[in-house]
Amino acid sequence: MQEILEVIFNINTFSAAIRISVPLVFAAIGGVFSERAGIINLGLEGMLLTGAFAGVLGSYLTGNPYIGILFAIMGGALIGFIFALFTIKFEANHVVAGVGLNILMLGITTWLMQILWDSRGTSVNVTGLSEITIPILSSIPILGKLFGSHNILAYLMFIVVIFSWIILFKTPFGLRLRVVGEYQKAADTLGIKIRKIQYTSLIFSGVLCGLGGAYLSLGHLNWFSMNMSAGRGYMALAANIFGGWNPLGAFGASYLFAYTDALQMRMQALNLNVPNEIIQMIPYILTILVLAGAMIRSRPPAGLGKHYKTNR
Amino acid sequence: MNIIEFKGITKKFGDFIANDKIDLTIKKGEIHCLLGENGAGKTTLMNNLFGLYNPEEGEIFLREKPCKIDNPHKAIELGLGMIHQHFMLIDRLTTTENIIVGEEPLKNGLVDMKKAREQVKQISDNYHLAVKTNEKIENISVGEQQRVEILKVLYRKAEILIFDEPTAVLTPQEVNNLFTTLRELKAGGKTIIFITHKLEETMNISDRVTVLRKGKVIGTVNTCDTSPKELARMMVGREVLLNVNKEKSDVGDNVLEVKDISLTGKHKNLLLKNINISIRKGEIVGIAGVSGNGQLELEECIAGLRKVTSGKIILDSEDITHAPTGIRRKRGLSHIPSDRLKRGLVPSYSLAKNIILGNQDSFTKNGFLLQNDINKYCKEVLEKFDVRCQSMNDTANNLSGGNQQKLVIGRELSTDPKFILAAQPTRGVDVGAIEFIHNNILEMRKQNKAILLISAELEELLSLADRILVIYEGEIVSKKNNYTKEELGLLMAGKKVPEEEKKELENRIQND
Repeated sequence: MQEILEVIFNINTFSAAIRISVPLVFAAIGGVFSERAGIINLGLEGMLLTGAFAGVLGSYLTGNPYIGILFAIMGGALIGFIFALFTIKFEANHVVAGVGLNILMLGITTWLMQILWDSRGTSVNVTGLSEITIPILSSIPILGKLFGSHNILAYLMFIVVIFSWIILFKTPFGLRLRVVGEYQKAADTLGIKIRKIQYTSLIFSGVLCGLGGAYLSLGHLNWFSMNMSAGRGYMALAANIFGGWNPLGAFGASYLFAYTDALQMRMQALNLNVPNEIIQMIPYILTILVLAGAMIRSRPPAGLGKHYKTNR
Repeated sequence: MNIIEFKGITKKFGDFIANDKIDLTIKKGEIHCLLGENGAGKTTLMNNLFGLYNPEEGEIFLREKPCKIDNPHKAIELGLGMIHQHFMLIDRLTTTENIIVGEEPLKNGLVDMKKAREQVKQISDNYHLAVKTNEKIENISVGEQQRVEILKVLYRKAEILIFDEPTAVLTPQEVNNLFTTLRELKAGGKTIIFITHKLEETMNISDRVTVLRKGKVIGTVNTCDTSPKELARMMVGREVLLNVNKEKSDVGDNVLEVKDISLTGKHKNLLLKNINISIRKGEIVGIAGVSGNGQLELEECIAGLRKVTSGKIILDSEDITHAPTGIRRKRGLSHIPSDRLKRGLVPSYSLAKNIILGNQDSFTKNGFLLQNDINKYCKEVLEKFDVRCQSMNDTANNLSGGNQQKLVIGRELSTDPKFILAAQPTRGVDVGAIEFIHNNILEMRKQNKAILLISAELEELLSLADRILVIYEGEIVSKKNNYTKEELGLLMAGKKVPEEEKKELENRIQND
């Protein structure tokens, strides 16, 4: 029992959870921006995958992982734009378009791997992102362990969380965005440019997912593998809902999911006389319980998933 | 000066011509009513002006210059403001946020909420439009929501204000307050276009009236030179009796008795509280109240769509408290639902199928429908109730609102019921159809049916009902045979009305 408690409150578990949470947080905030603008975004999964692939591609072509990040950003933006075209311009059902995008990106990335690296499973090794150690912070006992040494994307994540919250709740753009997601017609009658706002948020959503994906491939492993996102996009969407369509909440929820995942990995190493499969279930069971509770109280943007047609 | 001029505006939806070569002039500083039946094209015309629609033909002149207004953004820039019938407000945002969005005051690139609240406060003080600046829309009354809508356009410095049926959702007191505001706005130099289908309001508030019918302008008159009767004739295209002739009827035994019913909601809140109603043969009992005070719940309980928590409902000396809707109908209950599209009709069904709904067993043999009998019956009902349609194979959603309502009423009144539950029977229906429906209800009274009339229209209750009960927060707060309109209005707004407010109100009514 004591062993378990030690794992639960171990600083290393908390620290590992930060690393695991990075892609989730980026994608979840991508979900916030998309859904606050009224567009259900199941495509987060495909966007993450795109980011992971584009990151490795950039690093492979130039040998510079930071160019890889740039590739991931552009790839994410492009996919965000394509998703926007389908859901806004062609008025596709959001859920169908999202799932379609995921299948499409899974296929495209696998196919491109075959062409580029002659393998369907994994890419070649590329230069990954190195850790940056912050001088003074890293020597403070607990904080140092948690925040002292990460790669650039993890630090960027903290900045993104705070800035996203400010953009959404303190700027004119954020206020308009929320109005669009609640009631498009009302936004239209106020002279707000609905389409511009929706396209912007979906492209931003894609960019964030691109960054999250780049962390998966360049920050974690230094290569790309088939279906690398492995459901994290869906989990991020859940974190966005559980977080109340709020960047801070999305961060908290993503961190909770990541923490249980870290916990599960460490508990497997303890030889607890419990089948590993049971322990591996913990994060998912927790996700279900938490979401079941959250869904009852949650209140999505009122215009989520609706199309608005003007008569012009 | 002519602030707006429409020249030959035509707007089509497919083959349907909603606005047919409209010519119309609005003068600066006037209150101009656009009067017409539902579907006459009033709102469409204003949507053309506000840039929500783009007309196929014609020109709009603003301040004597030709203008192409192809989106609301442009309309706002040109000093137009529209207060929509269905409020364009975001429930979970505050009043201030709703007012400023799109033109936010800034400080270091962020929204300056403090300044925004001050600005809103200032305009609201200037025009006596009291709103709580930091309250969410979902927590304020409908009247206050409307004030937020007005502030929204004033904040954008609108010179021309378009009101689309603004009184539909208000209590009589709130209507009076709105009219005071309109007069103040006019005194402040604003031009007001007021869309309505109510004659009384038109006479009360406007300087000039333009009547539209079937997408065409019938004429523009000065309000002081016209009468409700003339306006009604212009609207409908024939003579309309504005006052119903109610004959005496012989009141007989009790048909429906609602005994002490209560209903608790999801959160243990009382939705209906000890309601007692008895209705006799040949009698119309009215339920007055601002919508949302338990009328819908009462309707559902009596119709059998909702289980009462306690109490009894007795129809023709049989206890139907726990009977399902089908049994209730067989025992002689007819129900004109308040929401015709949700409960009165199957919009995608043909008229014929809609007419036999609920009564289909009478048209069945060996498990098959008898098409010939159905067609014959439907033809009778459609003719008798003046449902205007191309053929009875049309689907119900192709009918106009008024004709849909006549269809529902036709079905419900043709089954020889004992008791008729009529909920909002003329909601969203124009003058011509209202007259027709009222006459049919009175005809039922003459035939000794018992009728419960739930309505938000005071005129309707006062002219049709023999007795009126006032419902407020799920409770019958008053019952009497004769009320004045003002009395009813006060009771509907809550039973405790401070004396001072009452006096002020009386003064205002006298001044109007």
